[in-house]
Amino acid sequence: MTATSAPRRAPTNWTAPAMQARVAVRYRRERLFRLAGLGALCLAGLFLAFLLFTIVRTGWSGFRHSEVAVSVVFDAQALGIDPAVARGPGGVEAIRRADFNALMQRSAAAQLGPAADVVSEGAWLDLRAAVLADRGVLGQTRTLWVPVRSNIDLLAKGKFDENEAEVTRGVSNEDIADYHYLEARGLIRTDFNEIFVSAANSTDPELAGIWGAALGSLLTLLVTIGAAFPVGVLAAVWLEEFAGRSRWTDFVEVSISNLAAVPSIIFGLLGLAVFLNFFNMPRSAPIVGGLTLALMTLPVIVITARAAIRAVPGSVRDAALGIGASPFQVVVHHVLPLALPGIMTGTIIGMARALGETAPLLLIGMRAFVADAPKGLTSSATVLPVQIFLWSDDAQRGFVEKTSAAIMVLLVILLLMSSVAIYLRNRFENRA
Amino acid sequence: MTGLFPILLAVLALALLGYWIGRQRGLAMRRGLTIRIGTVHSLPVYHGLYVALTALLPAVLVLAGWAIVEERLVADRVIAAVPVDFRPVSEIDRGAFMNDVRGLANNALEAAFNPAATAVVPLYRATSEAFDLAAGVVAMTLLAVGGIWAFSRLRPDFRARSHVEKLLRWLLILASTVAILTTFGIVLSLLFESWRFFQIVPAAEFLFGTHWSPQTAIRSDQIGSSGAFGAVPLFWGTIFIGAIIAMIVAVPLGLMAAIYLTQYADARVRRVLKPMLELLAGVPTVVYGFFAALIVAPAVRDFGVWLGISNASGESALAAGLVMGIMIIPFVSSMTDDALMAVPAEMRDGSYAMGATRAETVTRVLVPAALPGITGGVLLAVSRAIGETMIVVMAAGLAAKLTINPFDSVTTVSAQIVALLTGDQEFDSAKTLSAFALGLVLFIITLLLNIYALSVVRNYREAYE
Repeated sequence: MTATSAPRRAPTNWTAPAMQARVAVRYRRERLFRLAGLGALCLAGLFLAFLLFTIVRTGWSGFRHSEVAVSVVFDAQALGIDPAVARGPGGVEAIRRADFNALMQRSAAAQLGPAADVVSEGAWLDLRAAVLADRGVLGQTRTLWVPVRSNIDLLAKGKFDENEAEVTRGVSNEDIADYHYLEARGLIRTDFNEIFVSAANSTDPELAGIWGAALGSLLTLLVTIGAAFPVGVLAAVWLEEFAGRSRWTDFVEVSISNLAAVPSIIFGLLGLAVFLNFFNMPRSAPIVGGLTLALMTLPVIVITARAAIRAVPGSVRDAALGIGASPFQVVVHHVLPLALPGIMTGTIIGMARALGETAPLLLIGMRAFVADAPKGLTSSATVLPVQIFLWSDDAQRGFVEKTSAAIMVLLVILLLMSSVAIYLRNRFENRA
Repeated sequence: MTGLFPILLAVLALALLGYWIGRQRGLAMRRGLTIRIGTVHSLPVYHGLYVALTALLPAVLVLAGWAIVEERLVADRVIAAVPVDFRPVSEIDRGAFMNDVRGLANNALEAAFNPAATAVVPLYRATSEAFDLAAGVVAMTLLAVGGIWAFSRLRPDFRARSHVEKLLRWLLILASTVAILTTFGIVLSLLFESWRFFQIVPAAEFLFGTHWSPQTAIRSDQIGSSGAFGAVPLFWGTIFIGAIIAMIVAVPLGLMAAIYLTQYADARVRRVLKPMLELLAGVPTVVYGFFAALIVAPAVRDFGVWLGISNASGESALAAGLVMGIMIIPFVSSMTDDALMAVPAEMRDGSYAMGATRAETVTRVLVPAALPGITGGVLLAVSRAIGETMIVVMAAGLAAKLTINPFDSVTTVSAQIVALLTGDQEFDSAKTLSAFALGLVLFIITLLLNIYALSVVRNYREAYE
């Protein structure tokens, strides 16, 4: 042995100042390293907090809007409505034909004086809605709170610096004068923005809402889940329970894992080339968007469903087979019910991803301007993330708060979906 | 096509009726006999399912096939009825013309671009209806024949369950082929459209040209109407944002976050911080894009001006790359997490036993041992970053430039695909087709990156098993 022949080294003197200094340096490095790790996490957390804070700060005012008080004389004659007809079966048609826009302008001019043009171009819809809701207002005078133009609304919310020069301020001196005129007389108020939660898109920020986009998202997701869930679960059952190892199953598995990594925009190209150009399906329709997103979420569902099915103990299968169940009965009666929470978790995660997806839907035309809520799976529609993108692209200042407000709605829905997924996952883990 | 939907509903309803009748028959079989095992082979449910499936499948197949070819047949008939002078000739004109007709027929359009379209709308409606009716009659006949035949086979010793299970087996196989069909669909559609593009623009010019301006002139006799399709500036922009700037942000932060979470944080801290990272991963990209455009891009521009960079742009590579990097942090972190967890505990314990601090253990033992796994994870993150679209569309701009100035505006492959395919498009122009060629490049690059990265990760895991 060489150890015995080598000169013996003196044992390290840990109390010597040189050694103490080395240990101190090492411990300091340790602390710095630890702080760097914590710092990285804090930085990510701060960014998230800043993002959410910015969105909420700019977005909360999108849920409120300003209205101006106008008292309107619902003169049936001037509107060209026969009150008897209005109450009859064809009443809705007659009311829809009437010129409420002129009535609105007359009323505003008569009462708001110099500030008559603050009223939004869509304010007359409120007058019509009042008549449609109650035919009794015909011939009466009612004071209504109608929406104002976006710039006046932003002034009321304090979004403009009135001391800035007119050219860079974004709002004209006339608008500011009008606003102060109304404010001094107490004719303007700010309250909950029912237009934002009930209307579809509009070119005027004060008349734009997210209901149309939300409905489009819902229809699209219904198609997605209707197509991706059954196909994904059946494919997972096949791969886990019935398919042996063969070249074919390898091929299927490779396809699925590759599809999971394909950028989402490629699915948009696929949808454009196959669904729109080859099958002539309608552009901008929820059915095309839903199918495109279904192909995108399919791998997610298959992969998580396989994991959930694999997690079902083999003893359950053996016991069922032992008392005479056929392999299909084992799967349908025992494996799938046990794997269902796990499958649901994966499905919800896939749906949440589909709900937040924008790029593929832009390619199949879901960025079209749609002024009405979609009526069916084949009518033109847009979805929440695309609506956010379109508004963020709009130069009008009033859309900034709408964009953030729409993001708040989208994030709340996504948060709810992931909460359900986490709840299911916890329950599932406790039982397994 | 919409006319087929009620027929499909009727077919489904009748199949349900078939299920009920078959099940009643199965129940009756059991009632007539004293129940002993083996007297009736299958449960009543399977008799019902057998009748329903035998009736349903041929009818649904006919309807599905019909839905695919119907529009084409209707279009042929309708166009044949248009006076010769107005008749659309090329495939694109036919498509546009039929879009007009369909829009008018569904009341989606007020007026058509082509005056001849209005005249044939009644014919279109009538032809569609007649074809729908024909499909309905065929489907119903098949349904009835299949159902009655299946019903006549029901007997106590009839093996209904085996038949149903055989059918279901085929259904499972069919479901699993959807993934393969999708892959084929992607590859074929990208290849086909790219091939058409490469007939207009040579592949070498596309792959190695350095000038990108796909705008095609309105009139075909204008000079330079072919546009320029050198995609190198796009490739550079994609790498610059996704593989360089985003990774400079994401790799150190993600790595350190994973190290802190796995080596330092106790269970309580992990319970708070892990969901935070998941939250960061769950924010939709359009939200990141909005944030990048609203807050980060102006801040980056002001910073650039403060540094004295004259051409600092409101849309910059740095803004998009920074936000994209933050978006990727959770991904890098979870990949690093997996790689660190795969290092055998003996190596870590050995290092502690030698008196190393945690930091020394991590930097000298764990990270070197996990390096292949971490590298694979970073490559996967790169492949995800270069396919990312919305942040770039909203914050990086559309100017194709070969620049290494991060304050300048650059564009990427994905952003160009969106720009080329939104707005007005005609389906044969080089501009539109080039989007598919870009898509093909993006698909191939991400696929190769993924295959390579996954094999690195797998080899690494096997090395420690």
